[in-house]
Amino acid sequence: MTHLDAGREEVIATYNFAYLDEQTKRMIRRAILKGIAVPGYQVPFASREMPMPYGWGTGGVQVTAAIIGPDDRLKVIDQGADDTTNAISIRKFFERTTGVETTTVTAQASIIQTRHRIPETPLAPGQVLVFQVPIPEPLRFLEPRETETRTMHALEEYGVMHVKLYEDIARHGHIATTYAYPVKVEGRYVTDPSPTPKFDNPKMHRNPALQLFGAGREMRIYAIPPWTEVVSLDFEDHPFEVQAFERPCALCGAADVFLDEVITDDRGGRMFVCSDTDHCNTRQDQGHVGEQQG
Amino acid sequence: MTMQDNDPPLMRVSKLSHMYGDRIGCRDVSFDLYPGEVLAVVGESGSGKTTLLNCVSARLQSSAGTISYRMRDGRMQDLNALSEAERRFLMRTDWGFVHQNPADGLRMNVSAGANVGERLMAVGQRHYGRIRETADDWLGRVEIGHDRIDDRPGTFSGGMRQRLQIARNLVTGPRLVFMDEPTGGLDVSVQARLLDLLRGLVDDLGLSAIVVTHDLAVARLLSQRMMVMKDGQVIETGLTDRVLDDPQAPYTQLLVSSILQV
Ligand SMILES: [Zn+2]
Repeated sequence: MTHLDAGREEVIATYNFAYLDEQTKRMIRRAILKGIAVPGYQVPFASREMPMPYGWGTGGVQVTAAIIGPDDRLKVIDQGADDTTNAISIRKFFERTTGVETTTVTAQASIIQTRHRIPETPLAPGQVLVFQVPIPEPLRFLEPRETETRTMHALEEYGVMHVKLYEDIARHGHIATTYAYPVKVEGRYVTDPSPTPKFDNPKMHRNPALQLFGAGREMRIYAIPPWTEVVSLDFEDHPFEVQAFERPCALCGAADVFLDEVITDDRGGRMFVCSDTDHCNTRQDQGHVGEQQG
Repeated sequence: MTMQDNDPPLMRVSKLSHMYGDRIGCRDVSFDLYPGEVLAVVGESGSGKTTLLNCVSARLQSSAGTISYRMRDGRMQDLNALSEAERRFLMRTDWGFVHQNPADGLRMNVSAGANVGERLMAVGQRHYGRIRETADDWLGRVEIGHDRIDDRPGTFSGGMRQRLQIARNLVTGPRLVFMDEPTGGLDVSVQARLLDLLRGLVDDLGLSAIVVTHDLAVARLLSQRMMVMKDGQVIETGLTDRVLDDPQAPYTQLLVSSILQV
């Protein structure tokens, strides 16, 4: 251990389990419980300074810190991958401040903190999915006034969400929104699913896992409890559809998953592979083969 | 006018006053508005006409007096007793509000079609094709070219924006439209065309309207009845032609003579 590392260990040792003090955790848990009681409703909370800047998942980190216990096993993904800088730094943060086990295997995690994806492996009862949310307010696009959006939620005045979809169709011939595609939760609150691809929207519907959303800068927490109805907004003559991919994953051959384009060399070579790296690796370990591996 | 004898009033305003602290906005205003009637409220700036408009359109809670409105089911409803949800529902279905500055009544960051279609979506229409068809029809009725349906209002002239605002308000078939200086800020030739259009729509649709204006020509062209306001009070009221041709109050005489000199 270098001198610098020793110093850091000491600083961290002076913090409480999972960094936040117990009073702050209780405050966040109350917000989470309220969010679970009113699915899709944005609950204000007193977001704390975290040892990372806003935009690096401070909302999700605070939610995870408030719910994590010594027996939990944590997985952290960013765009579906466990090994991006952001995912690694959040995972290390919790390793240092809680000592809990971490994993990259979706099925083995009790808490999964995520940015931009829902894992391909179906979640199970008892698991918690924690989303990092930059902008929690789906009405913000057309109504910048906070007092007005609050009233619109209270009175279920959601016509403006369809104005957004109307504009999409008028301009592109189809609903071109592919990320942060608005949903209605339990027939009541219109909610932003965070910048996940709309491909993942159907996974939110009646998911057996608890889905929690934390927006640090905007100081909002919301929740989708297990088995909750989550419906993507659409028009009768332009129904909601998920992205379709022309080919399966080049590495594992999976056909029903969300793919990322990857540049393979400096001569313009490219391929499409699973954005969920754990899912792809697991399939390859099981012997599934894509055309690149053939 | 004989409609007063047959139909009950659409709106009944009684002893309405509004104070801004110690300052009087409007005082002791009473009138009935009948179905299909256009009432012009005329006065100079500071006369209280805009305060009155904001009170009777439930955008401002009046300090005293009552405003009753005949709901679609026929019962008279005290507007101050409406819940926030009922008030907002009324505003986007049975009422329209045309602002002097179209930017205050339009969404400038979405297309003309979406501006007209918004109220339809707000009341639950979920068929894109039909919403667009209705929006297109309304753009035609306010003389905006069909090829402009996907353009944003920012690319429109002042007169077109005002016509778009009118279409956006009328698409749900409101029975009552409030207008605040609807031709203000437009060139004279554009004003004339807009007034013709408004008069045609009001006639075709059998609309009731309360139009606030400082322009006696607007009152003459659009309204059957007018009220003249000064210092927060109504100083003269009557059939528009009578008031303009034979004003009784000295202040109204002054107003009328001032435009005749031009
Ligand atoms: Zn794969």
